[in-house]
Amino acid sequence: MSAVTVDSIDRGARRAKYGSMSKDRRWALRWSYFFLVLFAIFFLMPPVYMFITSLKTSGEISAATSPWWVYNPTLANYVELLTSEQYLTFFRNSALVSTFVVAITMIISIPAAFALARMKFWGSTMLATGVFLTYLIPDTLLFIPLFKMFAVFHEWTGIQLLNRWYVLLIVYPTLTVPFCTWIMIGYFASIPKELDEAALMDGANYRQILFRVFIPVALPGLIAATIFAFTVSWAQFLYPLALTTSQDQLVLPVGVVTTLIKGDVFSWGPLMTGALLGALPPLLIYAFLMDYYIAGLTAGATKG
Amino acid sequence: MAQVTLRKVVKMYDDVEAVSAIDLDIADKEFVVLVGPSGCGKSTTLRMIAGLEEISGGEIAVDGDVVNDVPPKDRDMAMVFQNYALYPHMTVYQNMSFGLRLKKYPKDEIDKRVQEAARILDIKELLQRKPRQLSGGQRQRVAMGRAIVRNPKVFLFDEPLSNLDAKLRVQMRTEIKRVHQKVRTTTVYVTHDQVEAMTLADRVVVMNKGKIEQIGAPNYLYHSPATRFVAGFIGSPAMNFIPCKLEQAGDGLNVRLSDTVTFAVPAERVPRYKGAVGKDLTFGIRPEHLTEAKANGSKNLAVFDAGVEVVEPMGNETMVFISISGAEVCCRTDPNAAAKVGAPMKLAAHLDHMHLIDNVTGQVL
Amino acid sequence: MVDAVAGHARSVGVVRRPGGLHRFLRRKSTIAFLMALPLIVLIAGLVLYPALYALHLAMLNKSMERFVGFANFAFLFKRETFWMVVQQSCIFAITAVIFKALIGFIVAHFVHNIPAKGQRKWRGMLLIPWVIPPAMSTLAWLWLFDPSYSAINWILGYVGIGPIPWTGDAYWARFSVILVNVWYGAPFFLIMYLAALKSVPEQLYEAAAIDGANWWQRIWFVTLPMMRNIIAITALFSLIVTFANFDIVKILTAGGPIDRTHMFATWAFWLGIQGGDIPLGATVSLFMFPILAVGAVFILRDIHRRGNEAS
Repeated sequence: MSAVTVDSIDRGARRAKYGSMSKDRRWALRWSYFFLVLFAIFFLMPPVYMFITSLKTSGEISAATSPWWVYNPTLANYVELLTSEQYLTFFRNSALVSTFVVAITMIISIPAAFALARMKFWGSTMLATGVFLTYLIPDTLLFIPLFKMFAVFHEWTGIQLLNRWYVLLIVYPTLTVPFCTWIMIGYFASIPKELDEAALMDGANYRQILFRVFIPVALPGLIAATIFAFTVSWAQFLYPLALTTSQDQLVLPVGVVTTLIKGDVFSWGPLMTGALLGALPPLLIYAFLMDYYIAGLTAGATKG
Repeated sequence: MAQVTLRKVVKMYDDVEAVSAIDLDIADKEFVVLVGPSGCGKSTTLRMIAGLEEISGGEIAVDGDVVNDVPPKDRDMAMVFQNYALYPHMTVYQNMSFGLRLKKYPKDEIDKRVQEAARILDIKELLQRKPRQLSGGQRQRVAMGRAIVRNPKVFLFDEPLSNLDAKLRVQMRTEIKRVHQKVRTTTVYVTHDQVEAMTLADRVVVMNKGKIEQIGAPNYLYHSPATRFVAGFIGSPAMNFIPCKLEQAGDGLNVRLSDTVTFAVPAERVPRYKGAVGKDLTFGIRPEHLTEAKANGSKNLAVFDAGVEVVEPMGNETMVFISISGAEVCCRTDPNAAAKVGAPMKLAAHLDHMHLIDNVTGQVL
Repeated sequence: MVDAVAGHARSVGVVRRPGGLHRFLRRKSTIAFLMALPLIVLIAGLVLYPALYALHLAMLNKSMERFVGFANFAFLFKRETFWMVVQQSCIFAITAVIFKALIGFIVAHFVHNIPAKGQRKWRGMLLIPWVIPPAMSTLAWLWLFDPSYSAINWILGYVGIGPIPWTGDAYWARFSVILVNVWYGAPFFLIMYLAALKSVPEQLYEAAAIDGANWWQRIWFVTLPMMRNIIAITALFSLIVTFANFDIVKILTAGGPIDRTHMFATWAFWLGIQGGDIPLGATVSLFMFPILAVGAVFILRDIHRRGNEAS
């Protein structure tokens, strides 16, 4: 079906309307929206349901009323958790761990990325490709030997790392540094070499080039890497589950799962509230910095 | 004082010689243009002068001091890049003052210099803008401003106009010349465009395949090229090259271009060409020296007939393309010349401006 | 340094490699090496070494006092659960990735079709599953699948479909685990494919339309070939990550019922940490490695090819 109908007799009166859409296009758009709504329902249903449940009393949860509507909304669950010493400890531990890991990751990744993107040294190409191959050795393979390693370390030096939240500061970077380095390499490499040379001619040494030219120009990449490091650290479940056991050392994901499920009894109200609050920091960062978030992901893909 | 001297400078990339033993003396305040086709080594040479490439052999000296091992930042040179290389996160003012800020110059000194450079380049209103808000020509001027502000010993330009459109290029060319007249600093300028070389340079260095073909003032290179390469590279439209034979003709010499076209070599040139009789030669003559034969011909004007193949009216002149011995030859005639495609035309060759080139050595005799 | 050269300042015509220059070269690369050193130490010490240590651990007995060689491996080979885990892991990974890729691809097209202003909003909404920590969102699914209070069953009840034992029945449990993984991972594919879709030049589609191609042919002959690299890379990476998945299975089914949803990761955790048999746990997790290595080879080959094509 063509968009332009030419009335061969009445050429003067009918002009092709390029601004409006053809019938085909309008229908395609309607179908697109229809399916988008369907998928949106699919994708957003769980978090929405978490929210709904978090507003219910335990009485209402076990009642026969609709699970999808709150009849007697209450903030009791929120109050209970936000005043709970235990929950706040989880939150604090998670925040501490994530923040420190971001710092550590940046300190390791940025110089490494700069060196790999700009300076040549023996093994640099090997290292650059090798960096993201580390993701092929997943945490699910490493958690057992690491567990043993920390135990052995304790025997040798008496320094207790297991069951301390700061052990995670050592382990999390293995997850964040490779990808962040990879993102940064991509961003640094896309900075034209002539910019370095202009800076060299202007009289800058390597340190000044890094801090006054590279980092400002690659700032979007830095932000994306920071977001990634934070989100990955916050969401970690396996490592803390394996390496920390005492309640005051747990980070949030593990804390919520292990303490709010007592044996076979699930207190769903607090559980959903706890889960929702636990998901909040990454969601907030995402909401405010969405463009950087997505740029970080796709940068890896499109820059290769 | 900023003389730059290159002595037997060599650049090797693995086993390939990109620049082979070039010697060059650049006087203080001189504007020297390195020109040549892509890959001839001109940019590499410039970058070696700047310190951005390491020198494989020979030495480069500034004011008598060898600078081979001196890092770029200590050579007191400023460079304008092809892609401007402006710091995208800084304003124009910050871009221009970056070098001075690194060297910790006092604030008012920096401000004075930036304002002065901005005045020279007419970019005062742009000082607070960021590079992405500027047009190509404006960016180029900021890049020049960044160089001027440093008050260096030497200005280096690496094909700065290549990224601009034709009209802007002509405009900026004049700008650069104007700036050089105001800020009298030794300048080394690299381009592949021989028009830029001719219009801007005090002296032109023609390079090819890592070697220097010829150095000289623009007019000198135009009228007295030393090699076939220079003869064909300089001047637009290019010089016509026609294979020829040099024949003895009594006391004089004849240049035979084809069965129908033979010129008598002007008497004053005979001694010069005497030894080349029978050698494999090429006849070179510029299009403007092949004109329509007029009644009052001056001395050393050889008239001949030729069949017109293509006529290109340019307005101020008409380009007539003929064929001699299979070679396409371009002639520049008056706009109202009687040239019709297919019809024969009487043309005159100004033999005062002829060149004979030895095909084996490539040298102009 | 520079003095070594200055002494020869007047000698010309010598092609030499001055000692000063050499040192300068080395200095630059030593700085570079030092800058990359923490990275190297991190990877060597906390990734490579533990991996090798896992190999060593796998060859010890339960109390880790004796070296028993491949006894643990042999033991596992005879266990029926082990082969179930292998099968489950592979099916899980492959199925999940296929669906994630499909859904990601389809939804990317829909998002690409709507006017640009709205795209950002929709994209933002649709990526949310991937942003929420998987442990937290799996809890939500756990609640949605609850045997007694499942909200999904409640809706299905209205349509007359009987309550589904999402986590109780072996086959439904497998389905649930895959479903949650697809829910979590599809947005990632969506974002990648959307970015790739945008990089396909519009003119190709116009040329195809003029040549008479319908929408299906346009996808097959224009979109898919242009996106081939992205599709391959994301699929391979996702295969590896999905294969090694822990969070979702652990929280949703803990491997049950009757070990029917155990993957390598969860079973290794069960045996190694919860069961206290570290060497056995290490052995299990090591089995992931050969399969992951094959994936690595494919990825490397693909990237190499892509790099050669690009240059």
